[in-house]
Amino acid sequence: MSPTTVHVDQQPAATALRSKDLLGIADLTPDEINLILDTADVMKEVGSRPIKKVPALRGKTVVNLFFEPSTRTRTSFEIAEKRLSADTLNIAIATSSVVKGETLADTALNLEAMQPDMIVLRHSSSGACHLLSRICRSAIINAGDGMHEHPTQALLDAFTIRERKKQLKGLKVAIIGDLLHSRVLRSNILLLTKMGADVWVCGPPTMMPTDVRRFGVSATSNVEQAVRDADVIMMLRIQLERMEGAYFPSLREYFNVFGMTEARMTLAKPDVMIMHPGPMNRGVEIASEVADGPYSVILDQVANGVAVRMAVLYLLAGGAEHEEAA
Amino acid sequence: MPDTKSAVVMDADRIARTLTRIAHEIVERNKGVEDLALVGVRTRGVFIARRLARILKEITGDEVPTGALDITLYRDDLMRHAVGPQPVIRRTEIPFSIDNKKILLVDDVLYTGRTTRAALDALIDFGRPKGIQLIVLVDRGHRELPIKADYVGKNLPTNPEESVQVRLQETDGNDEVVLQQEATV
Repeated sequence: MSPTTVHVDQQPAATALRSKDLLGIADLTPDEINLILDTADVMKEVGSRPIKKVPALRGKTVVNLFFEPSTRTRTSFEIAEKRLSADTLNIAIATSSVVKGETLADTALNLEAMQPDMIVLRHSSSGACHLLSRICRSAIINAGDGMHEHPTQALLDAFTIRERKKQLKGLKVAIIGDLLHSRVLRSNILLLTKMGADVWVCGPPTMMPTDVRRFGVSATSNVEQAVRDADVIMMLRIQLERMEGAYFPSLREYFNVFGMTEARMTLAKPDVMIMHPGPMNRGVEIASEVADGPYSVILDQVANGVAVRMAVLYLLAGGAEHEEAA
Repeated sequence: MPDTKSAVVMDADRIARTLTRIAHEIVERNKGVEDLALVGVRTRGVFIARRLARILKEITGDEVPTGALDITLYRDDLMRHAVGPQPVIRRTEIPFSIDNKKILLVDDVLYTGRTTRAALDALIDFGRPKGIQLIVLVDRGHRELPIKADYVGKNLPTNPEESVQVRLQETDGNDEVVLQQEATV
């Protein structure tokens, strides 16, 4: 023990987020990422209480505006909002006036007129959240925009890794699958490289973005090279709905070359973690024995998603730091 | 520098003797330590609770389960400001059921009573205790809510402009209670 002052409860270096919105990992500093993850740690405990609800966001209204189908993310946000006692409103595309021709901006401004405090947006267009951020007073949380970012997914992945490995720095993380269409990939690359992880991306050459190394990652189409000595293996979904057979000969062949099997997994570190953002295609990117096996943390990811989203909602509910002095 | 006068109102020995006295009062009032559990309010209430648990063990030979409560998410001023950063929240750790237990809620300073109100609400969300008793090292008065401590280390009459600083070995490197004439705003 040091004879001088002993800080038992270490304060995180950042104590607030600078922005009123969470648009992407690109805007966050490592300190802000740590603040969100530390706050999520506390929120996870709230979820284990007999009464899984705290009054922190009482009187706040959160609109979940989903222009793309989602079960996991929307449910996760809604549970997070309810656990913080916020009032929630779900708007799905099929029931909104968008089908009558209203633009995204008009929809948002009409919602704003009803004084919500936060809008959680999922949209098929990259940059939709940035547009709303400029025109809305409410805090905007990106729940996935086109092929751009899905920041809360990357944060929950980081939280899940940190929970097991204590820190992200120095870990070898192999991300394998559809590298072309994945907003999960982009957010994860941004987050993991910011936190000092050694990131490898792996997929068929036809699905390898040409400029991917610009993000500070290693790229390969040799799955054994990506997996060797990995601490974390993150499988990405093959987005079947966008496949027209042009990217690889068949699903069976894809599985044979890139699918995560028990045999391939043995190349990784003995305590490797297997992750998948869901929904999974069993027998395409991942074998069932691996998905359901002892190294899989896929359901932990889902559970942690609620805690991470509670943290983001809580931290943004106070408004932006720079506005305080005003 | 503003004109700040400070006086030590409790030193390390005084704090130690006070906690020993409170521990004896706990045993006397509850006729032992059966069904008791200590819950400290973060930050310094937790360390006071752990010290009381140690003293109770010395007196009775029995372990009293001890937990830590962070009340931030229950604060009544949490969303009262139009904009501003949120307070940092820390872990609540109550590794036992509080149902049918007599909970000894521990804080360093009792002032407006708002922290205690938040702590009571938080505790009730963990279960239905048989009762809750409040222990504070210092009661400085100026209550804004109808709350009263069951065990008080020291009653300290203060002005609202003054501030009371409890320093503990575990967080601050030394044990003392200091009364500062001019609160830093």
